[in-house]
Amino acid sequence: MNLTREVLMQIWIPLLLYLAVVIYIGLYSSKIARKEKDFLGEYFLGRANFGGFVVAMTLVATYVSASSYLGGPGAAYTQGLGWVLLAMTQLPAAYVTLGILGKRFAIISRKVRAVTLIDVLRERYDNNPIVVWLASLGAVIFLMVAVVAQFVGGAKLFQTLTGLPYLWGLLLFGGVVLVYVTWGGFRAVVLSDVIQGVVMFFGVILLIFMVFYKAGGTYNAMQTLGKINPELLTPFGVKNFITIPWISSFWILVCIGIIGLPQNALRAMVYKDSKSMHSAMIIGTIVVGFLMLGLHLVGVVARVIIPEIPKGLTNDTIIPLLALNLLPPWLAGLLLAAPLAAIMSTVDSQLILVSSAIVKDLYLNYINPKADQRKISRLSMLFTALVSLIVILFAIKPPSLIIWINLYAFGGLEATFFWLIILGLYWKRANAPGAIASILVGVTSFILLSQYWKRPFGTHPIVLTLVLGFIAFYIVSLLTKPPKEETIRKFWGA
Amino acid sequence: MGQGGFREDPRYAQTRKEVIVVLVLLIANILWWFIFAYGLGSKPPQEYSYVLGFPAWFFWSCIASLIVFSILVVLVIPMFFKDIPLDSESEGGERG
Repeated sequence: MNLTREVLMQIWIPLLLYLAVVIYIGLYSSKIARKEKDFLGEYFLGRANFGGFVVAMTLVATYVSASSYLGGPGAAYTQGLGWVLLAMTQLPAAYVTLGILGKRFAIISRKVRAVTLIDVLRERYDNNPIVVWLASLGAVIFLMVAVVAQFVGGAKLFQTLTGLPYLWGLLLFGGVVLVYVTWGGFRAVVLSDVIQGVVMFFGVILLIFMVFYKAGGTYNAMQTLGKINPELLTPFGVKNFITIPWISSFWILVCIGIIGLPQNALRAMVYKDSKSMHSAMIIGTIVVGFLMLGLHLVGVVARVIIPEIPKGLTNDTIIPLLALNLLPPWLAGLLLAAPLAAIMSTVDSQLILVSSAIVKDLYLNYINPKADQRKISRLSMLFTALVSLIVILFAIKPPSLIIWINLYAFGGLEATFFWLIILGLYWKRANAPGAIASILVGVTSFILLSQYWKRPFGTHPIVLTLVLGFIAFYIVSLLTKPPKEETIRKFWGA
Repeated sequence: MGQGGFREDPRYAQTRKEVIVVLVLLIANILWWFIFAYGLGSKPPQEYSYVLGFPAWFFWSCIASLIVFSILVVLVIPMFFKDIPLDSESEGGERG
């Protein structure tokens, strides 16, 4: 985009201010961490004592990623209202994640003094090293790859909109994330998520008013869309792209299945009491629903205001384009902070999780169980910084292997964790061999299906993947020995 | 399962109830979404009726569902969810 120097300056001021606030949060959180005796519990879990509003916002911000701000509205621009219908399968995300894992998950994680999600799984599956290694490696690989992809998205956004060279955008953006996550740990992640969630929420309100005002009200907007292409007004998308079995499988992929994303499941461990969980369910549901409806609807109506995407840009930039076209530059800068916030708040949770998997789940369990507090705290921060640095380096010029793995990251995480968590909590007979079988069958079938059978029976591959993962888990568990009685007592006993 | 004699954590009965409530809410949500979207939206767009400027199927399945289920969550949670302690009694809230 060709913007004048003056306009660029006005865009940059709110953006830089925003980044400065996030860094400050990192500093503030590190001061709290210093005072804490239980370093690991604070650095990786924030001592699990967050209130309802904070839990709701961190869940929302972690969940709402680049795709909700860039890819999603871009697809809505092309496909029309049918894509909003697809996005609305995410409305229950908050009450489903918190409600199905439920208080039982919080009770158990306190019983076994878990600091990570994998701590819970390790205890539940009789300390089986294969389960721990598979789950940890699954988390490390899939999450790191997903972070690379989000970094690439963030830097590209800087580049298209402000003309800042890709590398500089990446270093600025990645550098800020590295600093606040490394310094402040999980508390910094959660607190910055709250700010980022609020920025996103008000950003969407502003966008909705702006597009409908510009398009001459809802009725005119819809009528103009109908004239462009009547298919934009149907639930089926353009040329019947959104078929019923396919859209219905999004209830599995982006609603129920997200319980299997470790960064989401972890958030069901960190509320301080029952009351916080209740209010997090309410606030989370309203905010997620509003963001999803608003962002995608704005993407649809954008078609009326910007009938064609300018040359050199893609549909993905429709929201930032709208902001630049319709708002004074300083406000546009503030709005551009919103997709940036969406990316940062997703990436930070994933980075801290990767670091916890390496330090807490692998190093302390298998390599050096006797490490002392000081060593642990140094290592935790070192690994958080190192992981962030590696990810930034990969994002400079992403190797094709990473691009390839990223296609399977979301589904791969669900295939790895979904049944381990659900059956571990609600089925006494679930055991380690079953868990191993479920991970192996799930991940392999997701990759193979995505390549060779893209819409099995008209659905998204995740549906058949989870069915196969369940069957493997069930049969192998029944064919092998039940878990130790001690484990069952620990998890179910009074 | 041959584990006679051990007493289940008394809080689990309540957690089971809460999970069922969430599942019922989820199923209602899916049905609402599906019935309005395809019940009202399957005819040709020329025959659509409109609510507040939006095609009726869209208004009911996307906009109204957000409002209705937000209200339901607000009503249902205080009704069925109980304020139970999360820490184990034996360890008396050391971590919280």
